[in-house]
Amino acid sequence: MDEEGPRGGNVVNNFTLGHLIHWFTTAAHWSGPDGIPNRVFEHVLISVESVTIAAAIALPVGMYVGHRRKGEFIAVTTANVGRAVPSFALLVLVFTIMLRILPANLAYGFGPGVVTLTLLGIPPILTNTIVGIQGVDADTVEAARGMGFREREVLSRLELPLAMPLIMGGVRTAALQIVATATLIALIGGGGLGTYIVGGIAQSDTVQTIAGAALVALLALFTEFGLALVERRVTPRHTRTPRRWRRIQPAAGIAPPTPVGL
Amino acid sequence: MTVIAEPFIQWSWIFAHGHEMWTYTLQHLVLTVVPVVAGLAISLPLGILAQRHRRLYNPVIWIAGFLYTIPSLALFVLLIPLTGLSLTPVEIALTTYTLLILIRNIVTGIDEVPAEVVDAATGMGLTRRQTLWRVQIPLAMPAIMAGVRVATVSTIGLVTVGAIIGRGGLGQFITDGLQILFTTEILLGAVLSVLLAVLADAGLLGLQRLITPWTRKALAGATS
Amino acid sequence: MPGWSEFAGADYDVGAHDGLGRTGRGGEAVTVMISLRDVSKHFPSSSGNAVNDLSLDINEGELAVLVGPSGCGKTTTMRMINRLIEPSSGEIFVGGSDVMKQDPVMLRRGIGYVIQSVGLLPHRTIEQNIATVPQLLGWDEQRIGARVRELTALLDLDDELLRRYPGELSGGQRQRVGVARALAVDPPVMLMDEPFAAVDPIIRARLQDQFLDIQRRLRKTIVFVTHDIDEAIKLADRIAILNIGAKVEQYAPPEEILRAPASDFVSRFVGAERGLKRLALISVADVEIEPGPVVQRTASQDEARRAMREAGTEWVVVLEGEKLLGWIDWWMMEGGRDVAAVEPREFAAIVTPGSSLRTALDIIVQSRTHVAVVVDNDNGYQGIVTLDRLTAELRP
Repeated sequence: MDEEGPRGGNVVNNFTLGHLIHWFTTAAHWSGPDGIPNRVFEHVLISVESVTIAAAIALPVGMYVGHRRKGEFIAVTTANVGRAVPSFALLVLVFTIMLRILPANLAYGFGPGVVTLTLLGIPPILTNTIVGIQGVDADTVEAARGMGFREREVLSRLELPLAMPLIMGGVRTAALQIVATATLIALIGGGGLGTYIVGGIAQSDTVQTIAGAALVALLALFTEFGLALVERRVTPRHTRTPRRWRRIQPAAGIAPPTPVGL
Repeated sequence: MTVIAEPFIQWSWIFAHGHEMWTYTLQHLVLTVVPVVAGLAISLPLGILAQRHRRLYNPVIWIAGFLYTIPSLALFVLLIPLTGLSLTPVEIALTTYTLLILIRNIVTGIDEVPAEVVDAATGMGLTRRQTLWRVQIPLAMPAIMAGVRVATVSTIGLVTVGAIIGRGGLGQFITDGLQILFTTEILLGAVLSVLLAVLADAGLLGLQRLITPWTRKALAGATS
Repeated sequence: MPGWSEFAGADYDVGAHDGLGRTGRGGEAVTVMISLRDVSKHFPSSSGNAVNDLSLDINEGELAVLVGPSGCGKTTTMRMINRLIEPSSGEIFVGGSDVMKQDPVMLRRGIGYVIQSVGLLPHRTIEQNIATVPQLLGWDEQRIGARVRELTALLDLDDELLRRYPGELSGGQRQRVGVARALAVDPPVMLMDEPFAAVDPIIRARLQDQFLDIQRRLRKTIVFVTHDIDEAIKLADRIAILNIGAKVEQYAPPEEILRAPASDFVSRFVGAERGLKRLALISVADVEIEPGPVVQRTASQDEARRAMREAGTEWVVVLEGEKLLGWIDWWMMEGGRDVAAVEPREFAAIVTPGSSLRTALDIIVQSRTHVAVVVDNDNGYQGIVTLDRLTAELRP
């Protein structure tokens, strides 16, 4: 079992750190469509696209529902559904469906990738937006209305800034999840850093596989810390939560982000 | 591609593969239970320690969070040099993924036990250990169980990805089906894994209700 | 007094007390049960001492109330007795043994501890909650069960509550369970920190009455902390009025504190209406009751008028034998009618020998006759209480 990979053949053979470093220092790996820069670009591109679309959908809906304070059910349900549906299964599912209804060149790669990743990104953003806005003290909102704020202003001037930490947390979670799952689109021809992993397994090239994994890990970590910095900038100073994910209460059934890479 | 000519779901195929369904489901369950139990075994002592000695909390959470950030497939692969190509790296990685949520929930759960209950317990003469095991942990159960639920459901999803590395679990249907673009098989794997996740969540919720009967009883309506 | 360790061991016998709650040693002489000697407590986070050189003795069977403004150190003091807070200096003796030389856990198992929020274990039933310390001490099931039932009867709790969880009980019920739990192993000493503060005033009054009743029967040594001077006056055998740093301004029975406050601080703390509060502590039976102007139903008008003149009133009390019928006044007998011919009016202002003088005053102020009539249970006339009598009582 140790030596036989899923596609057969010897996968683990004489792998050393030296091999890895050699791989990274090979010039060929840094140019062309299969080069690191391009793969990184593909990976980041699809991630950014998906996050943006997910936010474009989830934020308005979340703000509307949250402001009306009717979001309890939706928030909990989306969170639960988002947790329970395995992203890998979802990705492949979307792919096969699109394969049926679209011409072949559209069905591969980006298409199903963006759709799936967007779907994955919606629950965290939606849930956190709702919880964040509904979490603003009802009395404060009442007072604002009493002072003469219009509904729109209550939302934009009061609820949104106060909910910002949670909303940003949700966007961050979504982004992380998307970046991680984007690894898998290589399985359906979507490019990105996952191609190294998948390709390495197929070609029994251990070094490539591990190099790909390392790159993916690095990108994920980079995204995580980068977004943490952005969040810090965007959040009004006095509303900052001291610890990540502190506000998301486990007991209420609204979970912290599902493990990345599903 | 001749996909358009095929029916979307071939029921005959499904019925013919009942045996695999059963095997893969059981495998999937085992592959899920092991990391969650192992994660709990690690998280419980760590969590209790971190709750009492606050300075430990941040480093512990930081490490768990760090590992959590690494995408599953990548982490599986990165562990292969250490463990060989099998499901072992998958299990190790899945265990580390549970740590973050479990430790956090254990600490929060113990934190949220009302201070006056702990004071009354100490005042009555319970030792520190007795207070921990007879009062704080039981009262932290809802939070801990919530963490176990989330960890379990997430792990079920991640086990599907593990099929890319080693054979086993419902993800096998997905990878095999993907290779030959066989919709039925893919669908089977996907639906079954979702079903398993939902059932596990509901089952654990039932278990939680069972072991914490006092949370169900409301005090609304109690008069003198 | 048996050595403390004898109690803290597992073989403390629950049944061996007489009606006074003392362990059958015939407690004629007053023994000191709790003794604090020059006790101080300093918290690192604040300047000055929370408790500064406090010395206090509490007698066996006494209910001592520590009362004072917020932050005076009363709760800190109480919590040092069972070492939930460790004293910075000084000595504390319970039952003759130095608490610092004992295992704190065993010490606490021998002291009943009741706090404001009760702190019932939410995940255990009421029965299990009450049984907590007995179980810790290793009692057997039967003994625990019997004791629990004893306590529910004592605290007037329904048996069916035993199977419930704390979350299902009302505030008043929870408080009583808290007291029951503290009494479970029949500890000679109890510490109570504002136990009745968290319920509404009506329930609080009821709880206090029940508690007084129980204490009269059990005669525990109790250290009771409250910020409510009225509660202190109602419950205490002795009150310690504490100032900042747990400085004892006065330590005396309630009656003495009201009558002779030792300092400005004390009189200000006791508050206005000291006179009224003192009256509340005295019952009608304790004072001399005047006979008042009395005639029998069969009396003539002349006899009635003579009684009025002698008493200096314009009305007389009409009796039939011993029984009170009512009163009649001068003008009702106009036209030469005898007492029997006039229908006596009922007294509105009636008190019993058990009523407090404060109640009597309240009634006097509202009555037309400006007196309160004292009758016993069978409506037998006892006499009258006048305003003069009340003011005489207040004079030192």
